[in-house]
Amino acid sequence: MTTERAENMEGARTAQDDLVQVKDLQMYFPITAGLFRRRVGDIKAVDGISLNIKRGQTLAIVGESGSGKTTLGRAILRLAKPTGGEIWFDGVNILRLSGRQFMPYRQRMQVIFQDPYSSLHPRMTVGSFVGEPLVVHRLAASKVEYRRRVAELFRSVGLDPAMTGRYPHEFSGGQRQRIGIARALAMQPEFIVADEPVSALDVSVQAQILNLLADLQDQFGLTYMVIAHDLSVVRHIASRVVVMYLGKVMEISSAKELFDDPLHPYTQALMSAVPIPDPRVERARQRQILVGDIPSPANPPSGCVFHTRCPIAIDECRGEAPALRETKPGHWTACIRV
Amino acid sequence: MAALLEIRNLRTSFFTDEGEAKAVDNVSYDIQEGEFVALVGESGCGKSVSALSVMRLVPFPPGRIIGGEILLNGRDLLKLSEQEMRGVRGNEIGMVFQEPMTSLNPVFTIGHQIVETIRAHKDIDKQAAWRRAVELLELVGIPQPTDRMADYPHQFSGGMRQRVMIAMALSCEPKLVIADEPTTALDVTIQAQVLELLESVAEQLSTAVLLITHNLGVVARYAHRVNVMYAGKIVEQATADEIYHNPRHPYTLGLLQSVPRMDRVEGSRLSTIEGLPPSLLRLPGGCYFHPRCPFIVERCEREEPPAMLVTDDHTAACWQWNEVDIGDSTVVKSK
Ligand SMILES: Nc1ncnc2c1ncn2[C@@H]1O[C@H](COP(=O)(O)OP(=O)(O)OP(=O)(O)O)[C@@H](O)[C@H]1O
Ligand SMILES: Nc1ncnc2c1ncn2[C@@H]1O[C@H](COP(=O)(O)OP(=O)(O)OP(=O)(O)O)[C@@H](O)[C@H]1O
Ligand code: SF4
Ligand SMILES: [Mg+2]
Ligand SMILES: [Mg+2]
Repeated sequence: MTTERAENMEGARTAQDDLVQVKDLQMYFPITAGLFRRRVGDIKAVDGISLNIKRGQTLAIVGESGSGKTTLGRAILRLAKPTGGEIWFDGVNILRLSGRQFMPYRQRMQVIFQDPYSSLHPRMTVGSFVGEPLVVHRLAASKVEYRRRVAELFRSVGLDPAMTGRYPHEFSGGQRQRIGIARALAMQPEFIVADEPVSALDVSVQAQILNLLADLQDQFGLTYMVIAHDLSVVRHIASRVVVMYLGKVMEISSAKELFDDPLHPYTQALMSAVPIPDPRVERARQRQILVGDIPSPANPPSGCVFHTRCPIAIDECRGEAPALRETKPGHWTACIRV
Repeated sequence: MAALLEIRNLRTSFFTDEGEAKAVDNVSYDIQEGEFVALVGESGCGKSVSALSVMRLVPFPPGRIIGGEILLNGRDLLKLSEQEMRGVRGNEIGMVFQEPMTSLNPVFTIGHQIVETIRAHKDIDKQAAWRRAVELLELVGIPQPTDRMADYPHQFSGGMRQRVMIAMALSCEPKLVIADEPTTALDVTIQAQVLELLESVAEQLSTAVLLITHNLGVVARYAHRVNVMYAGKIVEQATADEIYHNPRHPYTLGLLQSVPRMDRVEGSRLSTIEGLPPSLLRLPGGCYFHPRCPFIVERCEREEPPAMLVTDDHTAACWQWNEVDIGDSTVVKSK
């Protein structure tokens, strides 16, 4: 999408409402070959994405594996340097900031991963893990203050503060996810990117964590960007949804509108693939099965990147990449047939 | 008519330093010919171990089948010699696992592996096995099957590898296929492709399927019958319609109510099941679910509930099954 269009989109809302604005973001990874690692092409993991996240809301990013969701999340947090575009956080273009200038912003944005186990240190107590950011950023004035904060963090995620001295292997998946969330909260962030926060969990535990995330949002006024592949979860937690495919946005709208009236054929196919836990409903549903796999982002299809799998594609779809258009108020779709 | 597979009072335990873990604890269920049966439950409840028991592939030590019967067409698999059992695996029961990368050998071509599987079970020459392998790849929807025979597993996507596993599991037209979380690592789109394929191929060959999953949506879409497992026991079994619309075990009810649905949004909070499943080494007395159960009465802490008949085709192992009521779950908001 061009920057001009991104600005149009943004014009629809006031900048004040938006905590995060992403403009024409691009993240290409070079493909190199030969002895001298000559650049022979690019993996277009994120290819011109613009979006806004309102304060206190939850934006969900959905799409198949390899569509660029994690890369987008990492770029927004400046954990990886994008190859193009702008990221505005609370009115400041954070890509223009020096490492030092960025420091205070780093604290205001945090991340929660799919499996916190990999980020937990096996020989570090979970209390030290949660409290580490307080030490690194000198957020606790004294030992007493530090202990009080850690205990408070444990309580806020529903863990018993008496467990601070234990080690990660003593905890279940759901408890480890709570520990990861407690650590993210230590910095008192305003914005949290959660990358598949519940996909490794069993349903009953998943529900507990989703409720916790909702409670914390209410309590601390948090803004979330949640990356999730489970559309049932997304319907439940998201205020707005971005549907991604091969580094591009296919559709953006409010969650309610998207689920009530999905317009892009890719969104429709994704939804059709999600089974609903009710055999009667399932028997009555039409199953539209998407053929083939997502193509490689190193060699994306011409025109609309979805055309190779699209059930309603016509010749024109192979020509030019369709622009993201506002097909209904607040509902944007990148498809020439919509 | 006798069932294709009858599992009676199956017990499989792991004997570890910390004690005996009863991973499969007195489990009984049937699978009819051509039936699509689901085994659901949360992580660690014994789903995979119960499937491995049917195949007699429980890792020993520390695991051992310690009791029960597994009748395949009336013949008790637990009484067969290892040699005879090898003939059952692949020929009469096929198996598809979660991670096809671990079941496919990376150093051999896809074609070679299918041919070997066929020849391990059928006395046919290489050319015939090769032709059959190409047919199978075609059957499971691999484009240009003749060319793809020469590819190695890493050249296939996750969904394609899982199709190959289905092709191999079905290569001898077994009576039963056990699929253990065959799509858990895949995207929903690919999950739909793979399960749709499994369903249609099983239908064509009138093969019964035992699908192990924790995904209640998948179960609703494909299963005729459902067995719900908790802490090594089957707590409820019935037709899929009964399980979803008239669940009588509080655990089943709790699972159904805690799963978010794409076709509904009811307020911002999901209902949850309090707490966690118990460790198999420290099981509570009485009903294993009692520490988490909202329907608990005094008896539940002392006496283990047997499977009770709700209808002649529906059992629930709960003292309070008569109090469990999902209400009118048929009201659906949108399409
Ligand atoms: N550091 C990197 N170097 C090269 N390519 C990368 C790098 N990181 C990601 N990619 C590629 O970019 C594409 C998008 O990857 P990304 O991890 O963002 O996808 P995703 O949508 O998060 O997928 P998943 O659902 O599997 O997590 C993939 O093709 C991936 O291989
Ligand atoms: N090799 C082993 N040694 C000791 N205990 C084991 C072993 N394999 C399984 N178990 C125990 O048996 C129980 C049942 O395991 P099983 O793999 O059948 O669970 P599952 O229901 O398939 O779970 P998941 O959904 O995570 O695959 C587990 O609680 C585990 O502790
Ligand atoms: S633009 Fe064409 S190919 Fe792309 S989704 Fe729309 S109809 Fe399909
Ligand atoms: Mg990712
Ligand atoms: Mg398992």
